[in-house]
Amino acid sequence: MNPAPSVIVFTVGSGAGYGLLAALGMLAALGLMPSDTAVVLAGFGLGLGLVTAGLLSSTFHLGHPERAWRAFSQWRSSWLSREAVAAVLSYLPATGLAAVLLAGGAGGALAGMLGALTALFAAATVVCTAMIYRCLKPIHAWHNRFTVPGYLIIGAATGLALAHALFAAFGEPAAFATGVAALAALAAGFLHKRAYWRFIDSTSGPATAESATGLGAIGRVRALDPPHTGRNFVMREMGFAVARKHAETLRRAALIGGFVLPAWGIAIGLGLRGPGGAAVAFAAAAVAVAGALVERWLFFAEARHAAMLYYGTASA
Amino acid sequence: MTSLPAAPPARRLGLVIDLDTCVGCHACAVNCKEWNTGGHAAPLTDTDPYGADPTGVWFNRVHSFEAGEGLSGRTVHFPRSCLHCDEPLCVTVCPTGASYKRAEDGIVLVNPDTCIGCKLCSWACPYGAREYDEDEGVMKKCTLCIDRIANETLPEIDRVPACVSTCPAHARHFGDLGDPESAVSRLVAERGGVDLMPELGYRPVNKYLPPRERRGCESPSEPERFPESGVSGFFAWVDRVLSR
Repeated sequence: MNPAPSVIVFTVGSGAGYGLLAALGMLAALGLMPSDTAVVLAGFGLGLGLVTAGLLSSTFHLGHPERAWRAFSQWRSSWLSREAVAAVLSYLPATGLAAVLLAGGAGGALAGMLGALTALFAAATVVCTAMIYRCLKPIHAWHNRFTVPGYLIIGAATGLALAHALFAAFGEPAAFATGVAALAALAAGFLHKRAYWRFIDSTSGPATAESATGLGAIGRVRALDPPHTGRNFVMREMGFAVARKHAETLRRAALIGGFVLPAWGIAIGLGLRGPGGAAVAFAAAAVAVAGALVERWLFFAEARHAAMLYYGTASA
Repeated sequence: MTSLPAAPPARRLGLVIDLDTCVGCHACAVNCKEWNTGGHAAPLTDTDPYGADPTGVWFNRVHSFEAGEGLSGRTVHFPRSCLHCDEPLCVTVCPTGASYKRAEDGIVLVNPDTCIGCKLCSWACPYGAREYDEDEGVMKKCTLCIDRIANETLPEIDRVPACVSTCPAHARHFGDLGDPESAVSRLVAERGGVDLMPELGYRPVNKYLPPRERRGCESPSEPERFPESGVSGFFAWVDRVLSR
């Protein structure tokens, strides 16, 4: 599948933003959220900023961005529509929580409730994002049990890495809890990604060139002539393929950049005090987000679409 | 509304494509392009039409495949267009309601005034039937020529999709596949018509008729290919030399 930059930035940016908001919400629910004005403004500013930037980026993918409001209407059937609704609804508890914290309500019942709601809506939105891809039956690499956990884990890992960096910068004790949680999420992401790649490397979707043409009774089917000498929309959109050699390199980059380096950085940063620790934590968060961008690019580029069976691809 | 019709459509209009008689002339694809670039979904935009890399929107494309090996192998021409599925994922994934399946006849359409051009429907179609119009920023697809089949200003014989009316080999048939007594349903039953990618569960309305069994062209044995010439002497010697 064509790895459109707008969609990669959207899913990674909003995933990290919702991960950060969910981390702040959980801390508030547990009564561990700092109430310092600068921390609250920076945390919610960064979280809501990333989410907003991601959502705006997704509109660059549209042929008619000015009609984007129509996407809120079909939540009964469409995961994309559900994602849009959940994304907008999640602003309510998040901004509410920020307001309560700024008003000095940290540790109170209201902050706890809004914190839980913020985390819940953030997770629900990321699940909806993942389900947009999970529900597409023609794309075996997405239509499987790995897709939803993958989006949740990487959202949590990047969000917690950002939360850890933020708290480390302000010298808040919450840096320890978020750092440890980030390590757990990064480890889970590493294992999940390896299992996912093993799965897509060893399995194919149910459709074959024989079933796609109904000619299996005659024998093995292979493409002889394409319909046109030029390329077309379907070939450009669904026929994007990344060379095996490059995919291997990028997988290593995603594993090391997305998980291994940030985990080492956070682990080292937890043992440091002062500006050194904060600098390492910020570098770790930045590398985690960069690794997630590579991972998301591969998520698209390595996915094969059943329609390409008509254009001579061996399997989908 | 991108939820599917609550009750199954009263009629299931669609095409039956005979892979035995299709000669791969592309006339259906050309006439489709010709009609639809001025029809309901018009225009079928071409980008760089006279340049080095022309590309554009087509609702119907004719592939050619080889199936089987050796003398039992076949070359099959394979027109591919929207199958107007009973379970069209392209419709239910649409976030705006622009994609819909008509309750009265099951035809799957796009409303170009509400389509936001997110292209998700094209990802949801395993048949590669939907094509994005880069110029207009909306998705386009086969309409089953809704502007012909119910068009009372056309002579009745022309109230069929453009691809069907133009096929010189009579390889394309149009009708109600929800009516077991219709001509197309009987044809499907008689010829063993099949669904494409049935394992994905889209339950396409359009059916494909597989090529008929070959008759009278079994592999000839060696004596049949080189029969005794019945001559003797010099000519028998020439025959033996040339047959070597």
